[in-house]
Amino acid sequence: MTMAAPIAELVRDYKANARIVIVGASLAGLRAAETLRAEGFTGSLTIIGDEPYEPYDRPPLSKQVLKGWVPADHTELPRLRHVDADWRLGVAATGLDRDTKHVRLANGDQVPYDRVLIATGTRARQWPNPTEAALEGVFALRTRDHAARLQQALAARPSRVLVIGAGFVGSEVASVCRELDLPVTVAERGPAPLVGPLGGVIGEIAAEMQRDHGVDLRCGVGVSSLEGDASGHVRRAQLSDDTTIEADMVLAALGSIRNVEWLEGSGLAAGIWGVGCDAGGRAFDINGVVTDSVFVAGDVARAPHVLYEYEFLAMEHWDNAVLGAEVTAHNMVNLEPHYYPHLLLPGFWSGQFGVNIKSVGVPPFGDEIAFVQGSVKDRRFAAAYGHRGRIVAAVTFNQGKWLPHYAGLIERSAPFPPPPSGWDQPDDLKPIPAEFPEHGVPTAIPDVVLTGHDPSERRAEFRPRRR
Amino acid sequence: MSEETPWQQVLRHENRANPYPFYAELRKTPVARQPNGTYVVSTYREVVSLLHDNRVSSDPTKRPGTAPGADPAEPGTETITAADLEPSIIDSDPPEHDRNRSTMLRHFYGPPQSPHQISDLDPEIRRIVAGLLDNMKGKTRIDVVDDFAYPLPVTVICKVLGVPLEDEPRFHAWIRDALESFDLGPEPTSEEIQREVADGHRAVQEFGEYITELLDQYAEQPGPGMLSAMVHDDGPEGRMSQGTLVTNAVLLLFAGHETTVNLIAHSVLTLLRHPEALEKLRRRPELIVPGVEELLRFESSVQFWHTRSALDDIEIAGTTIPKGAPIFLLYGAANRDPQRFTDPDEVDLERPDNQHLGYSQGIHFCFGAPLARLEVQAAVGEFVRRVRNPRLVEDPPPYRRNQIFRGPRQVPVDIDGITD
Ligand SMILES: Cc1cc2nc3c(=O)[nH]c(=O)nc-3n(C[C@H](O)[C@H](O)[C@H](O)COP(=O)(O)OP(=O)(O)OC[C@H]3O[C@@H](n4cnc5c(N)ncnc54)[C@H](O)[C@@H]3O)c2cc1C
Repeated sequence: MTMAAPIAELVRDYKANARIVIVGASLAGLRAAETLRAEGFTGSLTIIGDEPYEPYDRPPLSKQVLKGWVPADHTELPRLRHVDADWRLGVAATGLDRDTKHVRLANGDQVPYDRVLIATGTRARQWPNPTEAALEGVFALRTRDHAARLQQALAARPSRVLVIGAGFVGSEVASVCRELDLPVTVAERGPAPLVGPLGGVIGEIAAEMQRDHGVDLRCGVGVSSLEGDASGHVRRAQLSDDTTIEADMVLAALGSIRNVEWLEGSGLAAGIWGVGCDAGGRAFDINGVVTDSVFVAGDVARAPHVLYEYEFLAMEHWDNAVLGAEVTAHNMVNLEPHYYPHLLLPGFWSGQFGVNIKSVGVPPFGDEIAFVQGSVKDRRFAAAYGHRGRIVAAVTFNQGKWLPHYAGLIERSAPFPPPPSGWDQPDDLKPIPAEFPEHGVPTAIPDVVLTGHDPSERRAEFRPRRR
Repeated sequence: MSEETPWQQVLRHENRANPYPFYAELRKTPVARQPNGTYVVSTYREVVSLLHDNRVSSDPTKRPGTAPGADPAEPGTETITAADLEPSIIDSDPPEHDRNRSTMLRHFYGPPQSPHQISDLDPEIRRIVAGLLDNMKGKTRIDVVDDFAYPLPVTVICKVLGVPLEDEPRFHAWIRDALESFDLGPEPTSEEIQREVADGHRAVQEFGEYITELLDQYAEQPGPGMLSAMVHDDGPEGRMSQGTLVTNAVLLLFAGHETTVNLIAHSVLTLLRHPEALEKLRRRPELIVPGVEELLRFESSVQFWHTRSALDDIEIAGTTIPKGAPIFLLYGAANRDPQRFTDPDEVDLERPDNQHLGYSQGIHFCFGAPLARLEVQAAVGEFVRRVRNPRLVEDPPPYRRNQIFRGPRQVPVDIDGITD
């Protein structure tokens, strides 16, 4: 008898009888559940989510919902197939016990698993001063509830909105404010909007776009404090350049924090950048050894990418959550030779100030940029990012239909600058520095140390820093 | 005379009903150079790649008269709007293309101006479909083309554009003449064909004059529909020139129904040839949405497109398409590429990952796709539900001449009646 038969038997049995738990009931969690069923998994499936809602879609929250086109509670994700799961909504997972293979819940329950998927995503970084953050009129934007409150507040027509942070979410909200004809100030510590994801050259264009649409954009300044009135409603903000902004509504768009705290003590490679995993979604433990039963997908996952020198990338993008979930779910119910890799080229889209911005690849991986198609003046162009003579990313403004072309070039590691297009060439095709901020310097004190004497004994150990 | 290439056989009228065996031959050479210098691309991967390649132009004026190294005696690279019309969006490159397309899109289904334009038509479309089926009551034989597939899209596109439906017989004749005259095939250039070509040119000319008059009327007195809105638009891109407006209006009126007629006719024909699929759709009407996509893959309304050319040497699939060469992208063949679709010659209404090229891809992706989808879903869905025991009278039915807008001239069907 060959080995193949019992292994096939094993997989069949696993698919029929195993217990799978998914933590995080949003985009990645739902798509993973659907894929598990599509792959023929008929065992027990539990989906745990701390929000009380059925999985919903986030991109419309900063766009259609705020404009008042779609109510916040009409953003539920379409179900692609029946998932037949035990939904535990409104209760957070508080721990992962890998020895006994249980997920601990906030209500004291313990859910046993054979395999578990971590899809807990990220949350909004709150305004750091809790008293100021608690002022009436101070908002963050990540969830359906946030969006509903924000939309109401905008509809009540504040006299001025202050947006802190000009990343994608901050810029989108500023754009909505202008569409609603509300005065808005954007304060950004960096030199221009979107500099982190797209670099200073594109950031400059984004800045012009904001100013053209009447945004009071202040770059190179931070907000140092928020002040409220007697009734506890926010009234003004102090900026680091000693100016004051009168605003009765504030959105803190300060980026995101990965939801990994509940994994403390689980011995997984989880940290501020997410949960480390291989390109197949299998989580690493803190030693960097791949696990067999813990998987990760979506915003919280961090995996190496062949095209980016195996750098571990955490991608906070919609299509990454979908494809990552599909690939990981497949791997959860299959064996080694049939594993799928998750090698999606990261992509992002954003709508602001009447312009559709899309990017593909990892722009911050590039150090040069070249405009390759269209016209910057008309805000209708494509630009490519290069790193050591090859194209690593591209961004388009109102030229989204060309993205597959650039994705193809990136996948083939085509030379940078890429060959010019046959028509519609910009005036200047010469590459220039892309102006990304310095890459993060490693922290001085390691959180992880190696212990043990024998090679086989050497283990990594997590040592929380005392502050 | 040397043997015909598979492509030349595709172009023959006698093979119109079933070009697929020749497509299979063609796919063995994904990018096949023809004696007239045209490069015919038939495999999915290569078609998609060229649709997204910014060295491929759609503007016929950028193409030299004859392709380098071509045999000048070989016909087959002239364009359909040969009359004195300006290039439409389908025959132009960025930036003109982008400007005009987005100007038009605003009045079609582009948010924020008209996000509901298409979906609001749904009740009307369903009413028209119901009326057409009601008219068949008492009949035992119908023609799916004339009695059903044609009237729906024509009525709808007239309404969308604001073209008086009473004028339908006039532009119907122009469109027919234009289509008949346009033949890329190897059939000898007889006197009859010569005459048809002349007729076709005149038809396009008259069609253009008709639209010009209509636009002039709207300029004086605004009316309902997209054309009037476009005449009066001062959007961010400015107003379209009169000439551009005319060609694009002709294009919309033409493409807005011609392809949908074929799609409905072919969908019914395909379902009658595949009784299991028909039965499945009858039992599970919700499959109409993926089902129409599959029918569109199976019998693409636009089989290929013929105005593209290389602006540079393009290396693809081991071949170099030289700068200046005409490129024909074969949607019909790519949609049956076994490298991309499992069992491509089977009809699977639930086909997963059905990224067909029935509406093309890239910047020239079908402008009217959302409207066409709605119409065909309503028409085919209701046909399946209401027509009792439909049987094909003639298989294959007679086909029209045109190779690009391939479709049956008639689809006679015997029926047992119409349910309510
Ligand atoms: C306002 C906004 C606009 C966006 N716009 C775009 C866009 O235009 N384009 C784009 O590509 N992407 C966009 N994104 C990003 C996109 O929404 C995310 O990439 C996507 O939601 C990631 O899905 P996920 O399932 O990994 O994580 P999430 O959607 O963050 O879901 C994680 C879920 O897990 C829950 N959870 C966390 N911890 C626990 C716990 N301990 N126990 C139980 N449940 C827990 C969370 O409450 C949440 O419901 C946007 C995001 C936001 C917030």
